[in-house]
Amino acid sequence: MTESASKIASDVRSGARTAASTVKESLDAIAARDAELHAFLYVDDLGARAAAIVVDAAIEAGRDPGPLAGVPLALKDNLCVRGVATTCGSKILNGWKPPYTATVIERLVAAGAIPIGKTNLDEFAMGSSTENSAFGPSRNPHDTSKVPGGSSGGSAVAVAAGYVPVSLGSDTGGSIRQPAAFCGLVGYKPTYGHVSRYGLVAFSSSLDQIGPFANTVGDAALISTVICGHDPADSTSLRDGYPDLMGALERGVAGLRVGLCSDLLDGADDEIVAQVRAAAQVLEAAGAEIIDIAIPELRLGLSAYYLLAPAEASSNLARYDGVRFGLRVERDDVAAMNVATRTAGFGAEVKRRIMLGTYALSAGYYDAYYGQAQKTRRLITNALDNAYASVDVLLGATTPTTAFGFGDKVADPMSMYLSDLFTIPTNLAGHPAISVPFGVGATGMPIGVQILAPGRKDDLLFQVGAVLEKGAPA
Amino acid sequence: MAGLARLELSPEEVETYTAQLGSILAHADDIAGLDLGGLEPMAHPFDIENVFRPDTVTPSLERDELLSQAPDVERNRFKVGRILGEAP
Repeated sequence: MTESASKIASDVRSGARTAASTVKESLDAIAARDAELHAFLYVDDLGARAAAIVVDAAIEAGRDPGPLAGVPLALKDNLCVRGVATTCGSKILNGWKPPYTATVIERLVAAGAIPIGKTNLDEFAMGSSTENSAFGPSRNPHDTSKVPGGSSGGSAVAVAAGYVPVSLGSDTGGSIRQPAAFCGLVGYKPTYGHVSRYGLVAFSSSLDQIGPFANTVGDAALISTVICGHDPADSTSLRDGYPDLMGALERGVAGLRVGLCSDLLDGADDEIVAQVRAAAQVLEAAGAEIIDIAIPELRLGLSAYYLLAPAEASSNLARYDGVRFGLRVERDDVAAMNVATRTAGFGAEVKRRIMLGTYALSAGYYDAYYGQAQKTRRLITNALDNAYASVDVLLGATTPTTAFGFGDKVADPMSMYLSDLFTIPTNLAGHPAISVPFGVGATGMPIGVQILAPGRKDDLLFQVGAVLEKGAPA
Repeated sequence: MAGLARLELSPEEVETYTAQLGSILAHADDIAGLDLGGLEPMAHPFDIENVFRPDTVTPSLERDELLSQAPDVERNRFKVGRILGEAP
Protein backbone atom coordinates (compact mmCIF):
# COMPACT_ATOMS: atom_id res chain seq x y z
CA MET A 1 0.00 0.00 0.00
CA THR A 2 1.84 3.06 -1.24
CA GLU A 3 -0.85 5.73 -0.95
CA SER A 4 -0.80 8.05 2.03
CA ALA A 5 -3.48 7.89 4.70
CA SER A 6 -4.73 11.32 3.69
CA LYS A 7 -5.12 10.22 0.04
CA ILE A 8 -6.94 7.03 1.04
CA ALA A 9 -9.28 8.94 3.33
CA SER A 10 -10.08 11.58 0.72
CA ASP A 11 -10.68 8.91 -1.94
CA VAL A 12 -12.95 6.92 0.37
CA ARG A 13 -14.86 10.05 1.36
CA SER A 14 -15.31 11.10 -2.27
CA GLY A 15 -16.38 7.61 -3.33
CA ALA A 16 -13.33 7.12 -5.57
CA ARG A 17 -12.48 3.94 -3.69
CA THR A 18 -14.12 1.79 -1.03
CA ALA A 19 -12.97 0.97 2.48
CA ALA A 20 -13.61 -2.71 1.71
CA SER A 21 -11.18 -2.75 -1.24
CA THR A 22 -8.61 -0.83 0.80
CA VAL A 23 -8.82 -3.31 3.66
CA LYS A 24 -8.60 -6.22 1.24
CA GLU A 25 -5.45 -4.73 -0.28
CA SER A 26 -3.95 -4.43 3.19
CA LEU A 27 -4.88 -7.98 4.23
CA ASP A 28 -3.54 -9.37 0.94
CA ALA A 29 -0.21 -7.60 1.47
CA ILE A 30 0.03 -9.07 4.96
CA ALA A 31 -0.84 -12.56 3.74
CA ALA A 32 1.83 -12.29 1.03
CA ARG A 33 4.76 -11.30 3.20
CA ASP A 34 4.17 -11.36 6.92
CA ALA A 35 5.17 -14.97 7.49
CA GLU A 36 8.64 -13.67 6.68
CA LEU A 37 8.59 -10.24 8.36
CA HIS A 38 6.42 -11.05 11.39
CA ALA A 39 5.07 -7.55 11.96
CA PHE A 40 1.77 -8.85 13.29
CA LEU A 41 0.99 -10.99 16.32
CA TYR A 42 -2.68 -10.98 15.42
CA VAL A 43 -4.55 -9.97 12.29
CA ASP A 44 -8.21 -9.18 12.87
CA ASP A 45 -9.33 -10.22 9.40
CA LEU A 46 -13.05 -10.45 10.15
CA GLY A 47 -13.17 -7.38 12.37
CA ALA A 48 -11.39 -5.27 9.76
CA ARG A 49 -13.66 -6.40 6.95
CA ALA A 50 -16.74 -5.75 9.08
CA ALA A 51 -15.50 -2.26 10.01
CA ALA A 52 -14.89 -1.51 6.31
CA ILE A 53 -18.48 -2.43 5.50
CA VAL A 54 -19.67 0.01 8.16
CA VAL A 55 -17.54 2.81 6.68
CA ASP A 56 -18.74 2.09 3.14
CA ALA A 57 -22.35 1.97 4.34
CA ALA A 58 -21.94 5.39 5.92
CA ILE A 59 -20.64 6.83 2.64
CA GLU A 60 -23.52 5.15 0.80
CA ALA A 61 -25.96 6.77 3.22
CA GLY A 62 -24.40 10.18 2.73
CA ARG A 63 -22.71 10.36 6.14
CA ASP A 64 -19.04 11.31 6.54
CA PRO A 65 -17.13 8.56 8.41
CA GLY A 66 -14.44 11.08 9.38
CA PRO A 67 -10.96 12.33 8.47
CA LEU A 68 -9.47 8.81 8.48
CA ALA A 69 -12.29 7.14 6.53
CA GLY A 70 -11.22 3.65 5.48
CA VAL A 71 -7.58 4.04 6.53
CA PRO A 72 -6.12 0.68 7.63
CA LEU A 73 -4.21 0.99 10.86
CA ALA A 74 -1.85 -1.29 12.81
CA LEU A 75 -1.70 -1.17 16.62
CA LYS A 76 1.19 -2.06 18.87
CA ASP A 77 0.11 -5.00 20.98
CA ASN A 78 0.32 -3.08 24.26
CA LEU A 79 -2.78 -1.10 23.24
CA CYS A 80 -6.02 -2.59 24.47
CA VAL A 81 -9.02 -3.37 22.30
CA ARG A 82 -11.98 -4.77 24.20
CA GLY A 83 -12.34 -8.48 23.62
CA VAL A 84 -9.24 -8.77 21.41
CA ALA A 85 -6.26 -10.68 22.81
CA THR A 86 -3.50 -8.32 23.98
CA THR A 87 -0.14 -9.90 24.76
CA CYS A 88 2.47 -7.12 25.20
CA GLY A 89 4.79 -9.67 23.60
CA SER A 90 4.70 -11.62 26.85
CA LYS A 91 3.64 -15.11 27.86
CA ILE A 92 2.35 -13.76 31.16
CA LEU A 93 -0.72 -12.22 29.49
CA ASN A 94 -1.55 -15.52 27.84
CA GLY A 95 -5.21 -15.55 26.82
CA TRP A 96 -6.02 -12.11 28.21
CA LYS A 97 -8.76 -10.17 26.46
CA PRO A 98 -9.02 -6.61 27.79
CA PRO A 99 -12.42 -5.51 29.08
CA TYR A 100 -11.92 -1.99 27.68
CA THR A 101 -10.57 -0.17 24.63
CA ALA A 102 -7.78 2.41 24.66
CA THR A 103 -8.95 6.00 24.20
CA VAL A 104 -6.68 6.48 21.17
CA ILE A 105 -8.30 3.54 19.40
CA GLU A 106 -11.81 4.77 20.18
CA ARG A 107 -10.88 8.15 18.68
CA LEU A 108 -9.31 6.62 15.56
CA VAL A 109 -12.26 4.34 14.94
CA ALA A 110 -14.64 7.26 15.47
CA ALA A 111 -12.65 9.08 12.76
CA GLY A 112 -13.21 6.20 10.33
CA ALA A 113 -9.89 4.34 10.69
CA ILE A 114 -9.91 0.54 10.54
CA PRO A 115 -7.70 -1.44 12.95
CA ILE A 116 -6.16 -4.33 11.03
CA GLY A 117 -4.36 -6.06 13.86
CA LYS A 118 -1.89 -6.04 16.72
CA THR A 119 1.84 -5.74 16.10
CA ASN A 120 4.92 -7.33 17.59
CA LEU A 121 7.01 -5.62 20.26
CA ASP A 122 9.76 -6.26 22.74
CA GLU A 123 8.11 -7.76 25.82
CA PHE A 124 6.28 -4.98 27.70
CA ALA A 125 8.02 -2.50 25.36
CA MET A 126 11.40 -3.21 26.93
CA GLY A 127 13.97 -3.42 24.18
CA SER A 128 15.33 -1.86 21.02
CA SER A 129 15.06 -4.64 18.43
CA THR A 130 11.90 -6.81 19.01
CA GLU A 131 14.30 -9.61 19.92
CA ASN A 132 12.76 -9.60 23.41
CA SER A 133 9.31 -10.58 22.12
CA ALA A 134 8.16 -13.91 23.53
CA PHE A 135 6.81 -14.65 20.04
CA GLY A 136 10.02 -14.12 18.05
CA PRO A 137 11.41 -11.00 16.39
CA SER A 138 10.16 -8.97 13.45
CA ARG A 139 12.39 -8.37 10.43
CA ASN A 140 13.42 -5.11 8.78
CA PRO A 141 11.83 -4.95 5.30
CA HIS A 142 14.86 -3.05 3.95
CA ASP A 143 17.13 -6.00 4.86
CA THR A 144 15.62 -9.01 6.56
CA SER A 145 18.94 -9.89 8.22
CA LYS A 146 18.57 -6.67 10.26
CA VAL A 147 16.35 -5.81 13.21
CA PRO A 148 13.54 -3.29 12.65
CA GLY A 149 14.36 -1.56 15.94
CA GLY A 150 12.13 -1.51 18.96
CA SER A 151 10.30 -1.71 21.01
CA SER A 152 7.52 -0.77 18.55
CA GLY A 153 9.26 -2.76 15.79
CA GLY A 154 6.15 -4.53 14.48
CA SER A 155 4.29 -1.25 13.98
CA ALA A 156 7.29 0.14 12.07
CA VAL A 157 7.48 -2.95 9.85
CA ALA A 158 3.74 -2.82 9.15
CA VAL A 159 4.15 0.62 7.57
CA ALA A 160 7.58 0.07 6.00
CA ALA A 161 6.39 -3.15 4.33
CA GLY A 162 3.41 -1.31 2.86
CA TYR A 163 0.74 -3.25 4.78
CA VAL A 164 -0.82 -0.09 6.22
CA PRO A 165 -0.12 3.63 5.73
CA VAL A 166 -0.03 4.42 9.45
CA SER A 167 0.35 2.64 12.78
CA LEU A 168 0.58 3.38 16.47
CA GLY A 169 3.46 2.66 18.80
CA SER A 170 4.50 3.78 22.25
CA ASP A 171 7.69 5.65 23.11
CA THR A 172 9.19 5.40 26.60
CA GLY A 173 12.85 5.99 25.72
CA GLY A 174 12.76 6.07 21.93
CA SER A 175 10.55 3.11 21.06
CA ILE A 176 8.83 4.96 18.21
CA ARG A 177 11.66 7.14 16.90
CA GLN A 178 14.37 4.45 16.86
CA PRO A 179 12.41 1.89 14.80
CA ALA A 180 11.16 4.73 12.56
CA ALA A 181 14.79 5.64 11.85
CA PHE A 182 15.76 2.00 11.26
CA CYS A 183 12.85 1.42 8.87
CA GLY A 184 12.90 4.73 6.96
CA LEU A 185 9.71 6.19 8.45
CA VAL A 186 8.45 9.26 10.23
CA GLY A 187 8.04 8.53 13.95
CA TYR A 188 6.61 11.05 16.39
CA LYS A 189 6.67 11.09 20.19
CA PRO A 190 4.19 13.74 21.37
CA THR A 191 4.55 15.97 24.42
CA TYR A 192 3.81 13.89 27.53
CA GLY A 193 0.12 14.29 28.30
CA HIS A 194 -1.04 15.32 24.82
CA VAL A 195 -2.16 11.74 24.11
CA SER A 196 -4.22 9.73 26.58
CA ARG A 197 -2.49 6.65 28.00
CA TYR A 198 -5.80 5.05 28.97
CA GLY A 199 -5.67 1.51 27.59
CA LEU A 200 -1.89 1.53 27.04
CA VAL A 201 -0.41 -1.22 29.20
CA ALA A 202 1.95 0.61 31.57
CA PHE A 203 5.72 0.20 31.39
CA SER A 204 7.08 3.42 32.89
CA SER A 205 4.14 5.68 33.53
CA SER A 206 5.98 9.01 33.78
CA LEU A 207 7.73 8.40 30.44
CA ASP A 208 5.29 6.40 28.26
CA GLN A 209 3.57 8.21 25.40
CA ILE A 210 1.64 6.87 22.40
CA GLY A 211 2.47 8.17 18.93
CA PRO A 212 2.32 7.32 15.21
CA PHE A 213 4.47 5.85 12.46
CA ALA A 214 3.82 7.11 8.94
CA ASN A 215 5.48 7.40 5.54
CA THR A 216 5.00 11.15 5.50
CA VAL A 217 5.12 14.02 7.98
CA GLY A 218 1.63 14.98 6.81
CA ASP A 219 0.17 11.58 7.68
CA ALA A 220 1.83 11.72 11.10
CA ALA A 221 0.17 15.10 11.67
CA LEU A 222 -3.19 13.83 10.43
CA ILE A 223 -3.33 10.83 12.77
CA SER A 224 -1.90 12.81 15.70
CA THR A 225 -4.58 15.43 15.36
CA VAL A 226 -7.12 12.66 15.89
CA ILE A 227 -5.46 11.05 18.93
CA CYS A 228 -4.32 14.20 20.80
CA GLY A 229 -6.50 15.94 23.34
CA HIS A 230 -7.61 15.75 26.93
CA ASP A 231 -9.10 12.52 28.27
CA PRO A 232 -10.70 12.41 31.73
CA ALA A 233 -9.74 8.71 31.95
CA ASP A 234 -6.03 9.64 32.12
CA SER A 235 -5.23 11.87 35.08
CA THR A 236 -1.90 12.88 33.49
CA SER A 237 -3.60 14.06 30.31
CA LEU A 238 -3.02 17.78 29.67
CA ARG A 239 -6.09 19.98 29.77
CA ASP A 240 -4.80 22.94 27.82
CA GLY A 241 -5.23 21.72 24.25
CA TYR A 242 -2.52 20.96 21.70
CA PRO A 243 -0.99 22.90 18.82
CA ASP A 244 -2.26 22.94 15.23
CA LEU A 245 -0.10 20.26 13.61
CA MET A 246 -1.73 20.31 10.15
CA GLY A 247 -1.36 24.08 9.92
CA ALA A 248 2.33 23.77 10.78
CA LEU A 249 3.09 21.69 7.67
CA GLU A 250 3.12 24.65 5.29
CA ARG A 251 4.59 27.20 7.65
CA GLY A 252 8.26 26.80 6.61
CA VAL A 253 11.30 27.51 8.76
CA ALA A 254 12.25 31.07 7.78
CA GLY A 255 13.78 32.78 10.80
CA LEU A 256 13.62 29.63 12.94
CA ARG A 257 16.63 29.12 15.21
CA VAL A 258 17.80 25.49 14.90
CA GLY A 259 20.33 24.22 17.44
CA LEU A 260 22.66 21.67 15.87
CA CYS A 261 23.41 19.77 19.04
CA SER A 262 26.82 18.09 19.37
CA ASP A 263 25.54 15.93 22.23
CA LEU A 264 22.95 14.46 19.87
CA LEU A 265 25.71 13.66 17.35
CA ASP A 266 28.91 12.64 19.14
CA GLY A 267 29.14 8.87 19.16
CA ALA A 268 27.03 8.45 16.03
CA ASP A 269 28.54 6.80 12.95
CA ASP A 270 30.14 9.20 10.46
CA GLU A 271 27.52 8.50 7.79
CA ILE A 272 24.77 9.51 10.22
CA VAL A 273 26.58 12.69 11.31
CA ALA A 274 26.98 13.55 7.64
CA GLN A 275 23.24 13.25 7.00
CA VAL A 276 22.36 15.35 10.04
CA ARG A 277 24.72 18.07 8.77
CA ALA A 278 23.14 17.80 5.32
CA ALA A 279 19.73 18.20 6.97
CA ALA A 280 20.97 21.36 8.70
CA GLN A 281 22.01 22.72 5.30
CA VAL A 282 18.53 22.03 3.92
CA LEU A 283 17.02 24.00 6.79
CA GLU A 284 19.53 26.82 6.37
CA ALA A 285 18.72 27.04 2.67
CA ALA A 286 15.04 27.31 3.65
CA GLY A 287 15.77 30.32 5.83
CA ALA A 288 16.51 28.81 9.25
CA GLU A 289 19.42 29.98 11.34
CA ILE A 290 21.74 27.10 12.34
CA ILE A 291 23.37 27.52 15.73
CA ASP A 292 25.94 25.05 17.08
CA ILE A 293 25.04 24.12 20.62
CA ALA A 294 26.35 21.75 23.28
CA ILE A 295 24.18 20.34 26.07
CA PRO A 296 26.55 17.96 27.87
CA GLU A 297 23.90 17.08 30.47
CA LEU A 298 22.09 15.04 27.79
CA ARG A 299 24.89 12.48 28.09
CA LEU A 300 23.66 11.62 31.58
CA GLY A 301 20.22 10.65 30.31
CA LEU A 302 21.05 7.02 29.71
CA SER A 303 22.04 6.37 33.31
CA ALA A 304 19.06 8.24 34.72
CA TYR A 305 16.67 6.45 32.37
CA TYR A 306 17.98 2.98 33.10
CA LEU A 307 17.30 3.53 36.80
CA LEU A 308 13.99 5.42 36.57
CA ALA A 309 12.28 3.30 33.90
CA PRO A 310 13.11 -0.04 35.57
CA ALA A 311 12.04 1.39 38.94
CA GLU A 312 8.65 2.36 37.56
CA ALA A 313 8.44 -0.94 35.67
CA SER A 314 9.17 -3.01 38.75
CA SER A 315 6.23 -1.31 40.41
CA ASN A 316 3.88 -1.45 37.39
CA LEU A 317 4.63 -5.10 36.66
CA ALA A 318 3.91 -6.17 40.24
CA ARG A 319 0.30 -6.57 39.05
CA TYR A 320 1.21 -9.73 37.10
CA ASP A 321 0.70 -12.06 40.01
CA GLY A 322 -1.47 -14.81 38.52
CA VAL A 323 -4.56 -13.72 40.45
CA ARG A 324 -6.78 -11.54 38.25
CA PHE A 325 -5.77 -12.14 34.63
CA GLY A 326 -3.34 -13.92 32.36
CA LEU A 327 -1.08 -16.79 33.23
CA ARG A 328 -1.21 -18.74 36.50
CA VAL A 329 1.23 -21.50 37.40
CA GLU A 330 -0.52 -23.40 40.17
CA ARG A 331 1.23 -23.99 43.49
CA ASP A 332 -0.13 -24.94 46.91
CA ASP A 333 0.04 -21.47 48.38
CA VAL A 334 -0.35 -17.99 46.93
CA ALA A 335 3.20 -16.73 47.46
CA ALA A 336 4.67 -19.75 45.66
CA MET A 337 2.08 -19.35 42.88
CA ASN A 338 3.08 -15.68 42.44
CA VAL A 339 6.76 -16.62 42.11
CA ALA A 340 6.15 -19.59 39.80
CA THR A 341 3.84 -17.54 37.56
CA ARG A 342 6.22 -14.60 37.23
CA THR A 343 9.24 -16.84 36.74
CA ALA A 344 7.54 -18.76 33.92
CA GLY A 345 5.73 -15.76 32.41
CA PHE A 346 8.39 -13.07 32.12
CA GLY A 347 11.31 -13.15 29.68
CA ALA A 348 14.96 -12.40 30.44
CA GLU A 349 14.95 -8.65 29.73
CA VAL A 350 11.81 -8.00 31.74
CA LYS A 351 13.25 -9.93 34.68
CA ARG A 352 16.49 -7.97 34.35
CA ARG A 353 14.67 -4.64 34.51
CA ILE A 354 12.36 -5.68 37.32
CA MET A 355 15.36 -6.68 39.41
CA LEU A 356 17.26 -3.53 38.50
CA GLY A 357 14.25 -1.40 39.44
CA THR A 358 13.66 -3.32 42.65
CA TYR A 359 17.30 -2.72 43.56
CA ALA A 360 17.16 1.01 42.71
CA LEU A 361 14.09 1.40 44.93
CA SER A 362 15.25 -0.74 47.83
CA ALA A 363 15.96 0.69 51.26
CA GLY A 364 19.60 1.62 51.50
CA TYR A 365 20.01 2.26 47.76
CA TYR A 366 16.97 4.46 47.13
CA ASP A 367 18.78 7.81 47.56
CA ALA A 368 21.94 6.71 45.78
CA TYR A 369 20.15 5.37 42.71
CA TYR A 370 16.49 6.33 42.33
CA GLY A 371 16.83 9.68 44.13
CA GLN A 372 19.97 10.62 42.24
CA ALA A 373 18.36 9.63 38.93
CA GLN A 374 15.34 11.83 39.69
CA LYS A 375 17.64 14.78 40.36
CA THR A 376 19.52 14.04 37.14
CA ARG A 377 16.19 14.08 35.34
CA ARG A 378 15.66 17.60 36.66
CA LEU A 379 19.21 18.57 35.63
CA ILE A 380 18.62 17.40 32.05
CA THR A 381 15.22 19.09 31.84
CA ASN A 382 16.68 22.38 33.13
CA ALA A 383 19.51 22.11 30.61
CA LEU A 384 17.02 21.66 27.76
CA ASP A 385 14.93 24.57 29.01
CA ASN A 386 18.06 26.74 29.08
CA ALA A 387 18.94 25.69 25.54
CA TYR A 388 15.48 26.67 24.33
CA ALA A 389 16.16 30.22 25.47
CA SER A 390 18.58 30.56 22.55
CA VAL A 391 17.15 28.12 19.96
CA ASP A 392 13.62 27.14 18.91
CA VAL A 393 14.33 23.48 18.17
CA LEU A 394 17.24 21.06 18.41
CA LEU A 395 18.54 18.92 15.56
CA GLY A 396 20.53 15.72 15.95
CA ALA A 397 20.69 12.04 15.12
CA THR A 398 17.90 9.68 16.11
CA THR A 399 20.22 6.70 16.52
CA PRO A 400 24.01 6.22 16.72
CA THR A 401 23.93 3.54 13.97
CA THR A 402 21.64 2.24 11.27
CA ALA A 403 19.73 -1.01 11.91
CA PHE A 404 21.95 -3.70 13.39
CA GLY A 405 21.91 -7.45 12.83
CA PHE A 406 20.01 -10.07 14.83
CA GLY A 407 21.94 -11.21 17.86
CA ASP A 408 24.49 -8.38 17.69
CA LYS A 409 23.54 -6.85 21.03
CA VAL A 410 21.65 -9.59 22.84
CA ALA A 411 24.44 -10.80 25.10
CA ASP A 412 25.38 -7.33 26.34
CA PRO A 413 22.32 -5.37 27.53
CA MET A 414 24.37 -2.19 27.96
CA SER A 415 25.27 -2.15 24.26
CA MET A 416 21.57 -2.49 23.40
CA TYR A 417 20.67 0.35 25.79
CA LEU A 418 23.23 2.62 24.11
CA SER A 419 21.12 2.64 20.94
CA ASP A 420 18.64 4.83 22.90
CA LEU A 421 21.28 7.43 23.79
CA PHE A 422 19.85 10.26 21.67
CA THR A 423 16.15 9.56 22.17
CA ILE A 424 16.03 9.25 25.96
CA PRO A 425 16.45 12.91 27.05
CA THR A 426 13.16 13.85 25.36
CA ASN A 427 11.21 11.34 27.42
CA LEU A 428 12.86 12.41 30.66
CA ALA A 429 11.83 16.02 30.02
CA GLY A 430 8.34 15.09 28.75
CA HIS A 431 9.10 17.01 25.55
CA PRO A 432 8.10 16.09 21.98
CA ALA A 433 10.44 14.86 19.24
CA ILE A 434 10.17 13.46 15.73
CA SER A 435 12.41 11.28 13.58
CA VAL A 436 12.32 12.00 9.86
CA PRO A 437 14.01 9.76 7.26
CA PHE A 438 16.97 11.50 5.65
CA GLY A 439 19.17 9.52 3.27
CA VAL A 440 20.68 6.07 3.62
CA GLY A 441 23.96 4.64 4.88
CA ALA A 442 26.66 2.79 2.96
CA THR A 443 24.75 -0.48 3.16
CA GLY A 444 21.54 1.13 1.93
CA MET A 445 19.87 1.15 5.36
CA PRO A 446 17.74 4.19 6.21
CA ILE A 447 19.00 7.05 8.40
CA GLY A 448 16.75 9.18 10.58
CA VAL A 449 17.36 12.72 11.77
CA GLN A 450 15.74 13.85 14.97
CA ILE A 451 14.11 17.17 15.81
CA LEU A 452 13.40 18.07 19.45
CA ALA A 453 11.15 20.88 20.68
CA PRO A 454 10.07 22.26 24.04
CA GLY A 455 7.00 20.76 25.72
CA ARG A 456 3.70 21.74 24.08
CA LYS A 457 5.53 23.11 21.00
CA ASP A 458 4.91 20.00 18.90
CA ASP A 459 3.91 22.13 15.91
CA LEU A 460 7.56 23.20 15.51
CA LEU A 461 8.49 19.56 14.81
CA PHE A 462 6.03 19.40 11.94
CA GLN A 463 7.18 22.77 10.56
CA VAL A 464 10.77 21.54 10.43
CA GLY A 465 9.87 17.96 9.52
CA ALA A 466 7.89 19.01 6.45
CA VAL A 467 10.86 21.04 5.15
CA LEU A 468 13.31 18.18 5.76
CA GLU A 469 11.00 15.73 4.02
CA LYS A 470 10.98 17.89 0.86
CA GLY A 471 14.76 18.37 1.01
CA ALA A 472 15.75 14.78 1.83
CA PRO A 473 18.10 12.98 -0.59
CA ALA A 474 16.15 11.00 -3.18
CA MET B 1 16.70 -9.03 44.87
CA ALA B 2 14.97 -11.75 42.86
CA GLY B 3 13.07 -12.75 45.99
CA LEU B 4 11.82 -9.19 46.53
CA ALA B 5 10.73 -9.09 42.90
CA ARG B 6 8.93 -12.47 43.29
CA LEU B 7 11.19 -14.21 40.79
CA GLU B 8 13.15 -17.44 41.04
CA LEU B 9 16.55 -17.73 39.36
CA SER B 10 18.69 -20.72 38.52
CA PRO B 11 22.35 -20.61 39.67
CA GLU B 12 23.40 -19.89 36.07
CA GLU B 13 20.90 -17.03 35.83
CA VAL B 14 22.19 -15.56 39.10
CA GLU B 15 25.66 -15.49 37.60
CA THR B 16 24.57 -13.91 34.28
CA TYR B 17 22.29 -11.32 35.87
CA THR B 18 24.86 -10.37 38.50
CA ALA B 19 27.38 -9.56 35.79
CA GLN B 20 24.85 -7.74 33.57
CA LEU B 21 23.28 -5.70 36.37
CA GLY B 22 26.77 -4.89 37.60
CA SER B 23 27.71 -3.40 34.25
CA ILE B 24 24.49 -1.36 34.09
CA LEU B 25 25.03 -0.02 37.61
CA ALA B 26 28.67 0.72 36.75
CA HIS B 27 27.45 2.89 33.88
CA ALA B 28 25.29 4.76 36.40
CA ASP B 29 28.46 5.78 38.23
CA ASP B 30 28.49 8.84 35.97
CA ILE B 31 25.54 10.24 37.88
CA ALA B 32 26.32 8.67 41.26
CA GLY B 33 29.19 11.07 41.85
CA LEU B 34 27.42 14.27 40.78
CA ASP B 35 26.67 16.92 43.37
CA LEU B 36 22.97 17.54 42.70
CA GLY B 37 22.12 18.65 46.21
CA GLY B 38 20.20 21.77 45.20
CA LEU B 39 17.98 20.09 42.61
CA GLU B 40 14.42 19.04 43.30
CA PRO B 41 13.91 15.36 42.40
CA MET B 42 11.70 15.08 39.30
CA ALA B 43 9.12 12.31 39.27
CA HIS B 44 6.95 13.59 36.45
CA PRO B 45 7.28 15.83 33.37
CA PHE B 46 4.74 18.39 34.55
CA ASP B 47 3.57 19.49 37.94
CA ILE B 48 0.38 17.60 38.48
CA GLU B 49 -1.99 17.75 41.38
CA ASN B 50 -4.79 15.44 42.34
CA VAL B 51 -7.36 15.31 39.60
CA PHE B 52 -10.99 15.00 40.65
CA ARG B 53 -14.12 14.32 38.68
CA PRO B 54 -17.69 15.21 39.64
CA ASP B 55 -19.13 12.72 42.09
CA THR B 56 -21.70 11.32 39.70
CA VAL B 57 -22.38 7.71 38.82
CA THR B 58 -20.93 6.64 35.46
CA PRO B 59 -20.86 3.21 33.84
CA SER B 60 -17.99 1.02 35.07
CA LEU B 61 -16.42 -2.08 33.58
CA GLU B 62 -18.55 -5.22 33.43
CA ARG B 63 -17.99 -7.43 36.46
CA ASP B 64 -18.55 -10.70 34.66
CA GLU B 65 -16.27 -9.67 31.82
CA LEU B 66 -13.50 -8.85 34.31
CA LEU B 67 -13.97 -12.11 36.21
CA SER B 68 -13.94 -14.07 32.96
CA GLN B 69 -10.28 -13.13 32.56
CA ALA B 70 -9.19 -14.55 35.91
CA PRO B 71 -7.50 -17.96 36.14
CA ASP B 72 -9.95 -19.06 38.85
CA VAL B 73 -13.10 -17.56 40.36
CA GLU B 74 -15.77 -18.58 42.84
CA ARG B 75 -19.00 -16.75 43.64
CA ASN B 76 -17.92 -13.52 41.90
CA ARG B 77 -14.55 -13.49 43.63
CA PHE B 78 -10.99 -14.16 42.48
CA LYS B 79 -9.96 -17.54 43.85
CA VAL B 80 -6.41 -18.38 44.97
CA GLY B 81 -4.71 -21.12 46.94
CA ARG B 82 -3.77 -21.13 50.60
CA ILE B 83 -2.60 -17.79 52.00
CA LEU B 84 -1.65 -18.70 55.58
CA GLY B 85 1.03 -21.25 56.43
CA GLU B 86 -1.30 -23.97 57.80
CA ALA B 87 -3.76 -25.89 55.68
CA PRO B 88 -7.38 -25.52 56.87
